[in-house]
Amino acid sequence: MTTYALPKFSLRFYPIWQRNFLVWKKLAVASVLGNIAEPLITLVAFGYGLGRLLPQIDGVPYIQYLASGSICMSIMMASSFEALYSAFSRMHVQKTWDALLNAPLALDDVIFAEMLWAATKAMFSGIAILGVMFMLGIGLHPHTLLVLPLLFLIGITFASLGLVVNALAKGYDFFTYYFTLVQTPMIFMSGVYYPMEQLPPWLQTFSHFLPLSAAVRLARPLILGNWPSTPLFSIFILVVYCVGGFYVATILTRRRLLK
Amino acid sequence: MSESSILSAANLRKSYRQGDAESLVIDGLSFALRRGECYGLLGPNGAGKTTTLRLCLGLTAPDHGEIILAGHPIPMDARAARVRVGVVPQGDNLDPDFTVAENLLVFGRYFGIKDAESKARIPSLLEFSNLTAKKDARIGELSGGMRRRLTLARALVNDPDLIFMDEPTTGLDPQARHMIWERLKTLLSQGKTIFLTTHFMDEAERLCDRLAVIDHGKMIAEGTPRDLIGQHIEAEVVEVYGENARAWGEVEGRKNSARIEVSGETVFCYTDDSKSLLDVLHTTQGVRYLHRPANLEDLFLKLTGREMRD
Repeated sequence: MTTYALPKFSLRFYPIWQRNFLVWKKLAVASVLGNIAEPLITLVAFGYGLGRLLPQIDGVPYIQYLASGSICMSIMMASSFEALYSAFSRMHVQKTWDALLNAPLALDDVIFAEMLWAATKAMFSGIAILGVMFMLGIGLHPHTLLVLPLLFLIGITFASLGLVVNALAKGYDFFTYYFTLVQTPMIFMSGVYYPMEQLPPWLQTFSHFLPLSAAVRLARPLILGNWPSTPLFSIFILVVYCVGGFYVATILTRRRLLK
Repeated sequence: MSESSILSAANLRKSYRQGDAESLVIDGLSFALRRGECYGLLGPNGAGKTTTLRLCLGLTAPDHGEIILAGHPIPMDARAARVRVGVVPQGDNLDPDFTVAENLLVFGRYFGIKDAESKARIPSLLEFSNLTAKKDARIGELSGGMRRRLTLARALVNDPDLIFMDEPTTGLDPQARHMIWERLKTLLSQGKTIFLTTHFMDEAERLCDRLAVIDHGKMIAEGTPRDLIGQHIEAEVVEVYGENARAWGEVEGRKNSARIEVSGETVFCYTDDSKSLLDVLHTTQGVRYLHRPANLEDLFLKLTGREMRD
């Protein structure tokens, strides 16, 4: 059929997105508490605990350095988790997608809705983390306003990549590989916890092209009140992963479900 | 393909790759559903029933052939066609996070139905499916029969012209099955068309105006249940069982019937006139028997064989 056709976008995604939002609303209190508690604990523990032992990094206290990088990581994790475990449940376990496809919706609508929903849910985390950062006195600059659209871009990028893995998954175990073999190394190569300059030069070159390092290169200066040095290149990297990932996810999901 | 058919399929062909082998699942299937009828698709497991439904709904493309659903070519225009269609899938895929009423409301949104419109319609859907008292219950609290009824109600949110039902009563107890049958008859009396797959022959005989028996992706018989039985099979069946049944069947059974079939310890004697058979059985020791008119199950087993399918 039209397995390789470009995705068709339409507003029909909205009721699907709305369905996921409605489910989230039922569990929102627990979800929001988790969204706030997790970054608060991590930032305070690492930032103050480890930060005491460390000199300033790039001219800022460690907690600020960490917060401005780890928000990207949190967006990545939240978005990936939703596009993997939750989307897989809806696709494969609960068969919610089958029900959607019996209605006048196309698979493209479902994938688009899931992608936007995963990014939306990641935004809830992102906003909660920004709130925690403000409470700790970090990121109180007008530049931070630009972080919001950036977080959404990071969210849809990792949602798209997650949906690629989702389309290939046989079961939940498969996602462990993605988290431990792809995302965890990426976190350590993307300058979240320490500057990328600590890495060997050949690895730095490679790391430059990772989506998470592009995200950190954009988010960190904005949160610290500066401007990113190569914004267009970093945005380009994210857009390539996002668009490429979404297209591949669409093809693979069509091959999986429309056979 | 007449104007009056709400769904028509011509020369459908569909194969799947399995490693290096190509397996033909649908092999030249043609049929047409008239408005207002219940059309049954019967076949053993793996005969291609579910694939046929998926093809008709545009969820997969045929390798060859033409499908018109509610006036729209499938799969090209499947979305538009599904606006007029309801589907009761084989497995329940209700939303476990929502209540009964929320399931209906949210599903209506997928059809672009406004919430106000759905809310006005939901009470009658709940009443139809006998779930009014359960409207605020979670899906996990419902019995299997209630879930099926809710799935049926959900398939009606868009007031469809045609309802696809894939084994709607599998796994239900007799009470629940009868209730579903009664609801389906109500829908037929309202002028809806039903496309039903089942492997319960009593269900097909009871509900279907016409039916098709398919096997290995091919149509092997089509017609009204009565006509099919009349055309393909003798009018009466005498089932003979007991310790001497097989030995008796080989001699007397064969002599006094048009045709016999042996399955395990039971001999099925098919005949248009059972008098001589019954006279002999009356005086035979060590056998018991059951005399009954031939039914759809006899036809089905004759056409598709008695061996197990997986």
